[in-house]
Amino acid sequence: MAKNNGSGKSGGVAGIWLDDHDCVVAATKVREAGFKKFDAITPFPVHGMEEAIGIKRSIIPYVTFVFALIGLACGVALQQWTSAVSWPINVGGKPFFSGPAFVPIMFELTILFSALASVVALFAICRLPKHDPPVIDPDLTSHKFAIFISEEDAGYNVERCEQLLKSLGAAEVKRLSHY
Amino acid sequence: MSTNTVARKPLVLGNKTYKDVTDDILGPVESAPSKRWFALFLSAKMLFLFYILHIAYIVAVGIGLLGVNHPIAWGTMIVTFVFWIGIGHAGTLISAVLFLFRQKWRTSVARSAEAMTVFAVMTAGIFPLIHTGRPWLDFWLMPYPNQRGPLWVNFRSPLLWDVFAVSTYATVSAVFWYVGMVPDFATIRDRAKTKLRRMIYGALSLGWRGSARDWAHYEMVYLVLAGLSTPLVLSVHTIVSFDFAVSMLPGWHTTIFPPYFVAGAIFSGFGMVVTLLTLVRIGFPQFKNYITIDHMEVMNKIIMATGLMVGYAYGSEFFIAWYSGNPFEVYAFTNRAFGPYWWAYWIMITCNVVIPQLFWFERFRRSIPVMFVVSIFVNIGMWFERFVITVTSLHRDFLPSNWGMYAWSWFDTAILFGSFGMFLTIFMLYLKFVPAISIAEVKPVLYVGKKRPGHLGGGH
Repeated sequence: MAKNNGSGKSGGVAGIWLDDHDCVVAATKVREAGFKKFDAITPFPVHGMEEAIGIKRSIIPYVTFVFALIGLACGVALQQWTSAVSWPINVGGKPFFSGPAFVPIMFELTILFSALASVVALFAICRLPKHDPPVIDPDLTSHKFAIFISEEDAGYNVERCEQLLKSLGAAEVKRLSHY
Repeated sequence: MSTNTVARKPLVLGNKTYKDVTDDILGPVESAPSKRWFALFLSAKMLFLFYILHIAYIVAVGIGLLGVNHPIAWGTMIVTFVFWIGIGHAGTLISAVLFLFRQKWRTSVARSAEAMTVFAVMTAGIFPLIHTGRPWLDFWLMPYPNQRGPLWVNFRSPLLWDVFAVSTYATVSAVFWYVGMVPDFATIRDRAKTKLRRMIYGALSLGWRGSARDWAHYEMVYLVLAGLSTPLVLSVHTIVSFDFAVSMLPGWHTTIFPPYFVAGAIFSGFGMVVTLLTLVRIGFPQFKNYITIDHMEVMNKIIMATGLMVGYAYGSEFFIAWYSGNPFEVYAFTNRAFGPYWWAYWIMITCNVVIPQLFWFERFRRSIPVMFVVSIFVNIGMWFERFVITVTSLHRDFLPSNWGMYAWSWFDTAILFGSFGMFLTIFMLYLKFVPAISIAEVKPVLYVGKKRPGHLGGGH
C-alpha cells in the first residue's frame, strides 16, 4: 500500500484513456480482475474513481481533530501562564485568568494549528514535495486519464495487463521501467 | 438517461473539451503579456511606488503627518485597514462557504476571489503596523519571552485578538489558496516549453502527479480547510468589530457590530470581486466562457442581499439609539446623519443602500457596465461606512469641550489611493503568473447543464 502511494522504484504497465468516465469504468474492471496495487493518474479528481479503485477514506480529519485540540490547549496554556503565572498584572480588576476574554485567541490558535497540521499531513501522506517524479504522459495533468498497474501486484503479468487494458478501451498502453 | 426535470444552466459556455479548458486558462500564463497588461501593470506599479514613498515618509517623520489628532486618534489608517480586511472576506466566502454549500458556480471565480483575499489582507496588514507609530517595535505585538520582566501582551485586549485573528486569517487563506493551485502548477510544469518555466512551476507544483490516492487525500484536506475557514472568516471581522464595540464610546458600543461588520465585509468583498472580474473578462476575453454572465448575476444578487442587511443594520442602530433612551447614544446618531459629517453619512447610505437596489432588475444584474459602476459605488460606500463609524463617533463624545474635527491631510489621500497601487500591482502579477481560474476545479463541472458528447446522461 505504502509503496503504491509514492513514486516507488517499481515499474509496471499503464493504459491511457481520453475520457474520464471510460477510465472509471476501466478501473472498476481492473479491480474486478483481481488487481490491488494499481492507481489512476488524472488531471482532476474524477467522480467515482475512489469507489472504483477501492480507496479508503482519508485519515486526515483525525489529524485535524487532534491538532485542533492541541491548538486549543496551547491557547489556554499560553494565556493562563503569561497572564496568571509568569507576570500577573491586574487589568481593570479582571481575574488573572479572564476566561471569556481569552476565548478569541483560543479559537484562533485552534484553527491555525488544525489547518496547518492538515496540510502538513497531506504533504506527508502524499510524500510531497517530490523531486522530478516520473511522468507517464505529460497530458495526464491536462486531458488524459491513466490506469497504472504495478509489477508488484500479485497477479501481475506484462502481457496479461496489456491485454486487459487494451480490452478496456485504452487508447495507448505503455510499459514503464519505473513509476 | 437524465431524469432532471429542471435543466441546470451550463457553468462553462461553448463546446469545450478538457484540453480547451487547459489551453484557454493557461493562455495568459504561457504567452507574453499584452501591451494593455504592461500599461496597467506599470500604472499600478507607479502608484505602488508613490505609496511606498509616502509610507516611508510617515515612518520617518511620524503619523502626525496624517489627520489624526485629539480626539480623533483613529483615522485613515484604521479606516482603510478595516476596508481592506473586509474586502478579503468575499474570497473566503466564495472559496470555503460556497464550497460547503456545494455551489458549483464558485469553481470559476474561486481562484481570483481567494487571490483577492490574500492580497487584500496583505494590503490591510500594513496599516495597523504603521499606525503603531513606531513600526520598528511591532514585534512587541507578539507574546515572546523578553527581558522586560518578562512583560507579556494583554490578552484581554481586542486589539491583541485582532493581531491573532488577522495573522491566522492571512496564514490560513494563503495556505488554502496555495493548496488549491498545486495541481494547476503541475499542469503548467507538464506543458512547459522552456526549461526555466518547467523548473519554477515544477518546484511550485511540489511534484504533484494526480494519483487517485493523492486526490482522495487532497479533496479531504480541501474540505477540512473549507470547514476551518468558514468559522475563521466570520471570526475575523467579528474581532475587528470588537476593536470598536468593546469600547464605551457612543456609536461604537453596540452589540449589533459583529454581524453588521461581517455582512458589510461580504458586501464590500463581492463589490471588489465584481469590479476585478469585469476587468479580467475584458482583459482576457477567453475567460468569458468560464466567468459567465450567470456567475456575475449570482454575485450581484449576493451584493444586493448583503446590501439590504447592511441597510437594515443602519436602521437598527438608529432605532436602538432612540429606544435605549440614552441621550449620548441619540446624539451620536443624530450627529452622524445631520452633524458636520452629514455628507459622509449620506454618501454611505446612497452607495450602500440606494444604488444596489438597481439589482432588483434582471437587466441591470446582467449588464457588465451597470454592475461595474455599482460595484465601484459599493467600494466607495463601504470605505465611507468605516470612516463614518470611526471618525464621527470619535469626533464628538460625551464632553463638548472634548470635541474636534479630523484634520484630513495630503498624506491621508496618498496612503488611501496608494494602497490600491499595492493591491493592483500584486493582482496584475497574479494574473500573469498564476492560472486565474482553477483548471482542476472547472473540469469536473465542465458538463454541468450540458449534454455530454458520447454519453446518454447530462454528465454526472
